[in-house]
Amino acid sequence: MLEALSYEFIQNAVIAGILVSLISGIIGSLVVVNRMVFLAGGIAHAAYGGIGIAIFTGIPIFLGTTIFAVFAALIMAFVTIKQRENIDTFIGLIWAVGMAIGIILVDLTPGYNVDLMSYLFGSILAVTREDLYFMAALFVVIIFVMTFWYRDILAVSYDSEYASLSGINVKFFYTLILILSALTVVIAIKVVGLILVIALLTIPIYIAQNLSSSLYSMMLISGFIASLFTIVGLWLSYSFDLTSGATIILVSALSLMLFMIVQKIR
Amino acid sequence: MQTKFNQRVIEIENLSFAYDKEFVLEKINLIVDNRDFLVLIGPNGGGKSTLVKLILGINPIQSGSVKILNKPLHNSLSQIGYVPQNTNVNTNFPIKAIEVVMMGHHTHKRAIFGYKKEETEHAMHVLRQVGMEEFADKKIGSLSGGQRQRVMIARALCANPKILLLDEPTSSIDADGQKQIYELLRELNKKITVIVVSHDLSVVLQYATKVAHINKKLAFHDLSSVKKEFEMSSDTHVCEVELLQMLGKCKC
Repeated sequence: MLEALSYEFIQNAVIAGILVSLISGIIGSLVVVNRMVFLAGGIAHAAYGGIGIAIFTGIPIFLGTTIFAVFAALIMAFVTIKQRENIDTFIGLIWAVGMAIGIILVDLTPGYNVDLMSYLFGSILAVTREDLYFMAALFVVIIFVMTFWYRDILAVSYDSEYASLSGINVKFFYTLILILSALTVVIAIKVVGLILVIALLTIPIYIAQNLSSSLYSMMLISGFIASLFTIVGLWLSYSFDLTSGATIILVSALSLMLFMIVQKIR
Repeated sequence: MQTKFNQRVIEIENLSFAYDKEFVLEKINLIVDNRDFLVLIGPNGGGKSTLVKLILGINPIQSGSVKILNKPLHNSLSQIGYVPQNTNVNTNFPIKAIEVVMMGHHTHKRAIFGYKKEETEHAMHVLRQVGMEEFADKKIGSLSGGQRQRVMIARALCANPKILLLDEPTSSIDADGQKQIYELLRELNKKITVIVVSHDLSVVLQYATKVAHINKKLAFHDLSSVKKEFEMSSDTHVCEVELLQMLGKCKC
């Protein structure tokens, strides 16, 4: 592994892995405590529509995915704030329609031969310098938002009714959390792929939730655990020539099982 | 003395409210004086929650008027400490008791990160008031129902309200815990007005000074007379149904 670190693409992969892990630790915590896991899953899959649009129109894929994912997040926010009863149905709808748009547009693109699997299961070894800048920028934005609005976000997440009574703009923060989730999903797609995004946003968080008594410690612990899983997964995938995203997720899942067994025994 | 003993803290006049076309509340009149211990009772769907939402300014006022501390209603959470129903939601949430309490602060100047020292101190102070000081750093989910309700009361007290409004405060708490909550409310009632929405008459009547029965219309009772009547008519057991009927019927 050590000699592998001298390659630039491995360095990029490690940095990307840690950045994405820290980000998904923070945002995953918010997603889990706000019970938005299904919503985030919907955004992740709908984001494939963005990949399709980007390939079809020739704009950078990162940009296309970002715009489309944020757009999907806004629709989700709008629908779920307005229509409390049929949330599941609408999320499922956006989930499926986004993917369908992506697939049709890829079909329609002449001479298309980009590796579809890399979007479904991630391509961390193909992370570029630009991707890293984007991830770092998102990380800074998230730290900034969390520092500035921690109390409001905590209040909205814990008890939205009371938060709205005390004058906090619940819809704004709800939408903000969804938009940040969308951006997180976009970068996590690079690392673990859109199918496995949800595992990265939930497994480390589940463990952290049981170890922490406040939201920010949950975020920190999640970030740390996710980084650990990512590095170990990356190392295994390099050593045994396995798909990195799937390896990271299996490392996470096995650790979760171990954690649950230890918890049971205690 | 800054406050007259009988200062009106809430004044409701001719208040009506309808969802769609069906009236839920009709021409309600209610005056709450300073340091009353008022209990709002009534059947489910009788309009108790609607009245609470109107007092808190969650529902818009359609006709009639609500004055809080002699001022027309606006966002009143700074004057009314509110303890919502159902504190069992989200018990797995990673939040400490003191953080829950600090949700009750209404300060505009805030620390950039975390909480100011005064805010933490004040939160500890209210936690002490409700007897939960030693649980400040405990995860809210690890507390019992009664302890959690005390934390919610502390949150409501955080902004130093003149009025404390509780919606079914003991609905999911065991008998011992219920008694403790009401003892606490009696203690708090020495300084502030307490309004409790409840259907659990037998407990509440020991503590209430006034009762309002709401079933679309409102019947109001000063308990000093009713209590006497009951002490005469029954030795030990008070039948809630009879009591409810009586409270619902007579217009005092």
